Amino acid sequence: MKFLHDILEKQKPMFEKGGKLEKFYYLFEAGESFAFTPPTTTPAKGAHIRDAIDLKRMMMTVVIAMVPALLFGIWNVGYQHFLATGNPDAALLDIIMVGTIQVLPIVIVAYTAGGIVEVIFGIIRKHPINEGFLVTGLLIPLVMPPDIPLWQVALATVFAVVIAKEAFGGTGMNILNVALTARAFLYFAYPTDISGTVWTYLGEGGAKNAVDGYTGATALSIAAEAPVGTSVDTALQSATSGWAGAESLFSFNNMLIGVIPGSIGETSALMALLGAIILIVAGVASWKIMVSGVVGALVMGLIFNLAGSTPFMQMMPHYHLIMGGFAFGIVFMATDPVSAAQTETGKWVYGFFIGLLTVLIRVFNPAYPEGIMLAILLMNVFAPLIDFYVIQANKNRRLKRIHV
Amino acid sequence: MNIKTRKGFDINLAGKAALQLGAAEQSETFAIKPTDFVGMHRPKVVVREGDVVKAGTPLFFDKQLEKALYTSPVSGEVVEVKRGDKRKLLEIKILADKQIEYENFTKYSVSDMANLKGEDVKESLLKSGAWINIIQRPYGIVANPDETPRAIFISAFDSNPLAPDYDFLYKNEGQYFQAGIDALKKMVDVPIHLTTNGNAEVSAIFQNVRNVEQHTISGPHPAGNVGVQIHHIDPINRGEVVWTIAPYGVIQMGKLFLDGRYDASKKIAVVGSEVTTPQYYETYIGAKVGKFLKNNLKQDHVRVISGNILTGTAIEKDSYIGFYDNIVTVLPEGDRPRFFLSDGWLAPTSRLSFHRALGLLSFLNPKKERVIDTSLNGEERAFVETGVMEQVVPMDILPLQLVKSIMAEDYDGMESLGIYEVIEEDVALCEFVDVSKHRIQNIVRQGIQLLREG
Repeated sequence: MKFLHDILEKQKPMFEKGGKLEKFYYLFEAGESFAFTPPTTTPAKGAHIRDAIDLKRMMMTVVIAMVPALLFGIWNVGYQHFLATGNPDAALLDIIMVGTIQVLPIVIVAYTAGGIVEVIFGIIRKHPINEGFLVTGLLIPLVMPPDIPLWQVALATVFAVVIAKEAFGGTGMNILNVALTARAFLYFAYPTDISGTVWTYLGEGGAKNAVDGYTGATALSIAAEAPVGTSVDTALQSATSGWAGAESLFSFNNMLIGVIPGSIGETSALMALLGAIILIVAGVASWKIMVSGVVGALVMGLIFNLAGSTPFMQMMPHYHLIMGGFAFGIVFMATDPVSAAQTETGKWVYGFFIGLLTVLIRVFNPAYPEGIMLAILLMNVFAPLIDFYVIQANKNRRLKRIHV
Repeated sequence: MNIKTRKGFDINLAGKAALQLGAAEQSETFAIKPTDFVGMHRPKVVVREGDVVKAGTPLFFDKQLEKALYTSPVSGEVVEVKRGDKRKLLEIKILADKQIEYENFTKYSVSDMANLKGEDVKESLLKSGAWINIIQRPYGIVANPDETPRAIFISAFDSNPLAPDYDFLYKNEGQYFQAGIDALKKMVDVPIHLTTNGNAEVSAIFQNVRNVEQHTISGPHPAGNVGVQIHHIDPINRGEVVWTIAPYGVIQMGKLFLDGRYDASKKIAVVGSEVTTPQYYETYIGAKVGKFLKNNLKQDHVRVISGNILTGTAIEKDSYIGFYDNIVTVLPEGDRPRFFLSDGWLAPTSRLSFHRALGLLSFLNPKKERVIDTSLNGEERAFVETGVMEQVVPMDILPLQLVKSIMAEDYDGMESLGIYEVIEEDVALCEFVDVSKHRIQNIVRQGIQLLREG
């Protein structure tokens, strides 16, 4: 590979100070350091050897952990399409084709739009282009409904990267989770495009392609609207009873595996679990946040069970873990190391409250039955405060030791 | 006290020293470098080129700490007083005599030691040059003789990668070690804490030492760091001073009183994957390392480090070993680009990593002795990863928050987050594991410097 490196090296002077394309140095640098680890060695004083890890590898680990959710999402978008349009026995290849055609452009648009913003900021601010976008660029598509217009993906991505990240000083400085900001932007700016029947791709012409009995609802919205006196279980079972081929669409197993309508990558708790295993084994994301998040959701679910007056409140707590975007959110969003609590003790508190608030918002928010996004964004804001108290406790321990 | 730590990381490198003394020609010149003494204010040279000195003759002193003299390790002629930019003193070179002559200091028999007076001890130590073995915490600088420490701490083992075996280094020097301890005890009547390795057999010379409080510590590196031991035994608070001394320093003090001379002889280990025969050599403080590396290197493109690979300083192949160092490590230089698919950031690798992220497979074989080059393995980035540094610092300290408070020049934050308890070596592993490739040790020293000036 030396010849390739030599070719790159030859172009370098053009981008260096005084060169024709000096302005684009960091674009060149990003490309070169993507292909080749730079030959930089450790300084003359300090640690002379360094861990083999770098940020690129770390970020790629997260990307790999998201791949099961992405692949499943592609299949599921296709499958839900055929299910809704009355062809549940479509061939696997057709399903994947439809899914790919629908999902891939969203991924490409998110990466392109975000990438351009990153490069522009890199050039203006004269800093290297950051690897963090490898992850954000895939997270954004995975939390989008399959029917989302591409221009909205681009707009949301640009908004999120500029307002949620670069405005705060770039990667490592952001307070809010960037991908969730993109989703929240759409939720508030274009509410009609991110609720209702958008959770299934119905093809050109939209709702008129749908079969009899088709419902555009998600499991959460059905649960939220279950009439008093019945149970969520019954509501979930009867919601699709008139829909040929999808009579028990919202069964426990379907919700666990993710064969239900929803955001592209969010439906499958199982794929999120697989991602969680990869992240935890790789030591890249905090298992403390994941575990405490699940505990928080279960605790709140149990409290509602005890006090519950509506069917949604009386729903078995573990259903919260497999419905909506909880699993995906707690695994991939809540564990974002920059916007999460950074102290180890803080991570327990942070995760717990995300779980708790998710269920609370789900049950009490009349406008929107999903809560994980708002819970994480809210706790993003509180993370520095949690850290503050953990750090204060550490300082106080130190103060207490003083010999009098 | 028996301390157990779990946090930390043992770096298993190829090129451990065999327990044997190599026969190499003695180096002709020796040098003392003021840069080895962290935080030295302004060295004032008291010799000129051409002067003849004995072992123990003063060469320079620090204008801020005039009482402590920095003396010559050998006898001979001062051949060069090397200065850099703005006349900054870089090193004083001495061409050594074949037979070392010593300055005379008062000699005491073992029984006389009991009548030794604290003031005399201090004066001898300061005059002879043995004093500079005493390092004070906070700050990790040469101790101020006008202050009385709360305690003295001695770590009786080194847990750093490729660290020399103290049992081999100090064989048969038990009586000097004891004499050194006794002298210290006379000088300042404070507890002297001696911590041995709980994971290994205790060296004979540390086993039955009197006048000390014995402790053991077991756990991965940095368990051998005196800072970690202090933290667990009796941590430093704001306004307090403790002293630390390496066993070599204590032995040197013992020799000063029992033999009446400043004896700068020491054993050093020459180690590392690029050394043909890693083993020990007998020499003096400030030795030129060239003789030990001659015909002893596997290749030429190497980095020679005075000290260990976590905290040492890169030196030229024919340069001089640092004052406090007892090892010279030689590593391959890592200045070659790595293609991302073949051996770069996306390819599976068995290069050493504390992490287990995508393709980092070294955790499958933790005991393997590794050859590691000096590649930075990445580029400097903003802090993104959290929770990793905490796993390699076995103290109740939040390293990431401490580092950030230093970068923000937040004085109160630094103080309350524990900067008084750490020096570079205590955060060296943080620097190793840091995904964002920051110079953590350098940052901590900057913080210490800020507090000293502030």
